[in-house]
Amino acid sequence: MTIFRDMRATFTIAVIGILFMVLAPTVLELFAIINLTTAIALAMLALSLALVWGYGGILCFGQTAFFGVGAYAYTVAAINSGDAATAILIAVVVAIIFASVLGYFMFYGRVSDVYLAVITLTVSLILFSLIRRTSGPEYKIGDALLGGFNGVTAPPLNLPWDRAYFLFPEHVFYVAMAFLIIAYVFTAWLVRTKFGRVVISIKENELRAELLGYDIRLYKLLIFMIGAAIAGLGGVLFCNGVGRVTPDVFNLYNSALTIIWVIVGGRGTLIGPVLGAFGIFYLTSALGTQSTINNNLILGIILIIFVLAIPKGLVPTVRDWMIERKDRRIQRVRERRIRTRRTRSSTQNAEGAGE
Amino acid sequence: MDLNLVIALGIQIIYGIANLTLISLGLAIIFGMMRVINLAHGEFIMLGGYTVVISTNAGVNIWISMLIVAPVVVGVIGVLVERLLIRWLYGRMIDTLLATWGLSLLLIGLVTSIFGASTATTISPPLGVVSIGDYTSSAYELLLIGITVALCLIIFLTLKLTRLGLIARGTMQNEEMASALGVSTPRIYMLTFGFGAAISGFAGGLLAPVTGVLPTIGVAYIAKSFITVISGGAVILAGTVSASAVLGGVNGIVSFLTGPTIGEVALLFAAILLLRLMPRGITGRFFRKGL
Repeated sequence: MTIFRDMRATFTIAVIGILFMVLAPTVLELFAIINLTTAIALAMLALSLALVWGYGGILCFGQTAFFGVGAYAYTVAAINSGDAATAILIAVVVAIIFASVLGYFMFYGRVSDVYLAVITLTVSLILFSLIRRTSGPEYKIGDALLGGFNGVTAPPLNLPWDRAYFLFPEHVFYVAMAFLIIAYVFTAWLVRTKFGRVVISIKENELRAELLGYDIRLYKLLIFMIGAAIAGLGGVLFCNGVGRVTPDVFNLYNSALTIIWVIVGGRGTLIGPVLGAFGIFYLTSALGTQSTINNNLILGIILIIFVLAIPKGLVPTVRDWMIERKDRRIQRVRERRIRTRRTRSSTQNAEGAGE
Repeated sequence: MDLNLVIALGIQIIYGIANLTLISLGLAIIFGMMRVINLAHGEFIMLGGYTVVISTNAGVNIWISMLIVAPVVVGVIGVLVERLLIRWLYGRMIDTLLATWGLSLLLIGLVTSIFGASTATTISPPLGVVSIGDYTSSAYELLLIGITVALCLIIFLTLKLTRLGLIARGTMQNEEMASALGVSTPRIYMLTFGFGAAISGFAGGLLAPVTGVLPTIGVAYIAKSFITVISGGAVILAGTVSASAVLGGVNGIVSFLTGPTIGEVALLFAAILLLRLMPRGITGRFFRKGL
């Protein structure tokens, strides 16, 4: 029960999210809603990296690999089976299996964190160049042509009990937002469980956690797999928002974006990277409409500025600033109280002396 | 299989290995000497390519622009980058990684803004083909193999025999001791980074006639060069060359048997397997005393 008392802020954010989910379609136009669905999918990816990197201390530069694998697995499964619910499940499972194989080699090989960053990034880039080459008719999984550079059209979500009923874009938005809120509450709960605390302790001091008897390789592998599942789910939402999946999900630009969301939002928080994803998404779409300033240029400058000047990220910086201000206010009140007490007692003494 | 095919195939595989070595050396120097993983490595290669294309189109002899102009220009850029960005972050490996990634995006954006997103005017390889029986091999590829071997030799001799190489190696081994003996260590770091960048620019310049130039071409190199350097481990030359030989060999043979797509997968699997067996790279186990 203490966990739930601890999560008051989480539930507040979740309620705000639900209100947003209910109200947004009544205010915004359809185009904005479809755009928002894409942003939510990216926020899901940000959340997964916030968990894996911010809490697990696993510097995964290729989180997009699981995102993309999820998107491709969903698309292929949905084309073959025609049932979206099964396809979502398959997508998540495939992402988890992929992460378990990759994670086994990395964590049980005790690859250090910087190497791990480069390996995961490389895996993502190799998937990019690999899937880009699958344009021929021989690259086919069941009925699904992989389509190389052009990618595959993703079948829209349908109802598990009525496969002929395809969801409208607003409904997809509801589904996406619901998934995001559930994933957010789940991760916030997870990092407060015993498992989560061990994961955090490994991030803080690997050797000490190991000496206390925890199998750090296993814990790292598990948190990595959970992160991959969330990223894979994000991939499913992404290809539903965009309508297709292309090899571009694996490219360097998207890997960089994911890192930037987390850096900007702040490591060690969950809501920070999510907000970072939304913020950067709308910033890049605003920049995309003009052509004088290149997107890469702006993102590069943002990343460098944050690393050099605001390494903690926005949310922790603001939070620390607010805590500090509160402390100072309490301090001031206390000082004033002491001062008034002192003057009062001195006047009392004076009065006492006068009597 | 007749002899000519074996020779042609052998050349192809050796070229693959030389190619890997060439694109990885600059990264290996910066990583091995300074423990800085430079994620803007691919962009240094890209800048080398652009330098060659632009200076050749401006009328400079293609050999001069490849062998001299490209490394000098990119080396100067490397020194600037070290002064402005890297030197604030020594000892903070992850922050360096992130900052150089920012630099990579910035350079891509900058070059795209200046030269446009598509290929700048390309230049063609300046040599013809050599025929081996029924098979042909590009003379330029043979030249690249030769240049790579020469480059490795030059780096080896520079580090081993010159005073600068000695001071640089000493600084990397024990910075405090070196500076107590009167070496200006910040200057050595600056020069090392510039030297690594120059090698990357040199590689980019040499490959520009083969691959063409694009603002985003760095991506094509970065994955392979990182795999090579990490599989190789911390020892610069022995690590890079041995990892290139293993990975390039696997890639070449599998590509010949099944096609380039599977070849690339084989390269990745070989690298992951290698790292599972030797987490500190090949030189973590062999040639530990090498250079």
